[in-house]
Amino acid sequence: MKNLIPELVILLGSFSFLIIGVFAKNLNKIINYFIPVLLGILILFIYFNFSSSLTLFGNSYSIDPLSNFMKILVLISVLFTFLISNFYLERTNINQFEYPIILLLATLGMFVMISANNLIVFYLGLELQSLCLYILAAINTKSLKSSEAGIKYFVLGSLSSGLLLYGCSLVYGFTGSVDYTEIAKVAIGESGGLKFGLVFILCGIAFKIAAVPFHMWAPDVYEGSPTSVTTFFTVAPKVAAIAALIKFLNFPYGNFISEWKTIIIVLSIASMFLGAVAAIGQTNLKRLMAYSSITHVGFILAGIAIATPQALSAVLIYLVIYVFMKLGVFACIMSLNRNGVYFENISDLSGLSKHHPVISLCLTILTFSLAGIPPLAGFFAKFYIFLSIIEQKIYYLAVIGLLSAVVAAFYYLRIIKVIYFDPAKESYNKDIGYGLKFSIGVSTLLILFYFIDPSTLNLIVDNITKNIK
Amino acid sequence: MIEITLIHYLFLSAIIFTLGIFGIFVNRKNVIVILMSIELILLSVNINLVAFSVYLQNVTGQIFTLFILTVAAAESAIGLAIIVIFFRNRGSIQVEDINSMKG
Repeated sequence: MKNLIPELVILLGSFSFLIIGVFAKNLNKIINYFIPVLLGILILFIYFNFSSSLTLFGNSYSIDPLSNFMKILVLISVLFTFLISNFYLERTNINQFEYPIILLLATLGMFVMISANNLIVFYLGLELQSLCLYILAAINTKSLKSSEAGIKYFVLGSLSSGLLLYGCSLVYGFTGSVDYTEIAKVAIGESGGLKFGLVFILCGIAFKIAAVPFHMWAPDVYEGSPTSVTTFFTVAPKVAAIAALIKFLNFPYGNFISEWKTIIIVLSIASMFLGAVAAIGQTNLKRLMAYSSITHVGFILAGIAIATPQALSAVLIYLVIYVFMKLGVFACIMSLNRNGVYFENISDLSGLSKHHPVISLCLTILTFSLAGIPPLAGFFAKFYIFLSIIEQKIYYLAVIGLLSAVVAAFYYLRIIKVIYFDPAKESYNKDIGYGLKFSIGVSTLLILFYFIDPSTLNLIVDNITKNIK
Repeated sequence: MIEITLIHYLFLSAIIFTLGIFGIFVNRKNVIVILMSIELILLSVNINLVAFSVYLQNVTGQIFTLFILTVAAAESAIGLAIIVIFFRNRGSIQVEDINSMKG
């Protein structure tokens, strides 16, 4: 039972905040400060029980180093989202007491998804997460854009859950079990029903990580939702869905590697390419970041498709670096605030370096890292992925990846050009709050100095991935 | 008299599933119809699961169905709430009016 403490704390915590919120609405602020501390403690707790490996509830819930790693990553994303959004929520009057509670429940859903060892548990975790995310997208009830984002996310998200469920029902029908280990025992050789199920389930998961051709919701939802929610969308759900994808492909479907390899490679090539090309014409920073994350998901999928332990290590490293890059960039976007109005267009960055040299420098470093320029962390992330692709001699994948990275570099460099060489606009508010300063600082320093000691992270992930398969 | 076998149930559920998907993409009128199409998709999955469960003499499928029914109820509640919010802001729930963001 000790290993379930993080889940139980999040569950009971959100329930008790709900009760507190009913009786004392003014405690909002205290809760907003208390939750990051709670999350920090949970990160430490999981870190100290990192190597525990066991299954619970009749083999339906597994806790192992891989799930612990992903849970820590999700917790870091949620923690930083809280730090980043505190100030924003107060300024934009979407500071309802439901907000942190729904965020916590979404985290719980992700935990269940990451640890699921059974199709029913996986589906329940996914739905708990998605239902909370639909609400979060529409949380700014006064804004047309936010509610429209909510509707779009809801319709396409439920459609994807439907596809996934249909796949689950086929898998159940053709194996007679919903348990991952049982499915793995039965799933040997040729079976059309199992392949159909696999395709449907992959469609569902691809929707959740916004891989092309299931990406059409992402730009609209990212643009419409409040920026704090967009920050959360870009990092946490992707980490959880990718964890579930790695587990699903390598445990129950471990014998079908040649079938799913092709599908994932197609998804990966399409995402890398379309993400890079479609972002060129964008003017809204959040929309641009949506396309940028589609490209990054393409790189991650390339690593998943290779599926050697080395490639999976590269995927985990990529995820860590991706999370910090995105959190840093969104913290920078959220600091563009003048008298309570938040700006989110690329043209609003014009001449930022004149009045805000520090933020400009940080944003430049983070954007260079997103583009994959050495010696920043983003370069190493792509480097490990390409290394594992080339070792498997799938050269066309590496070539397409490199080409799309070059195309993507164009729009990242345009941001930097706008920051440094365009005419300066009026200054933004200097006081951006400690949360934002802390997040920008931490993420920039980690990205900038990752190259000094990459081996610590490498050792951790190598220990995790050598146990897969 | 035809004997109804597993295949018939699977065909029925595949047809309902396809109708649901078409309902979402072809429908250009009202968001509520989309909500109904989503229910159709989930119900087709339920037919599938119950048919498999009876065929395999295994109760797991029926348990899964109960979970899906619960989740579907929660999902339509949240969907309706979001539609109400949208209606307050836009004054309409026609599909062609969901167009403030493009690109």
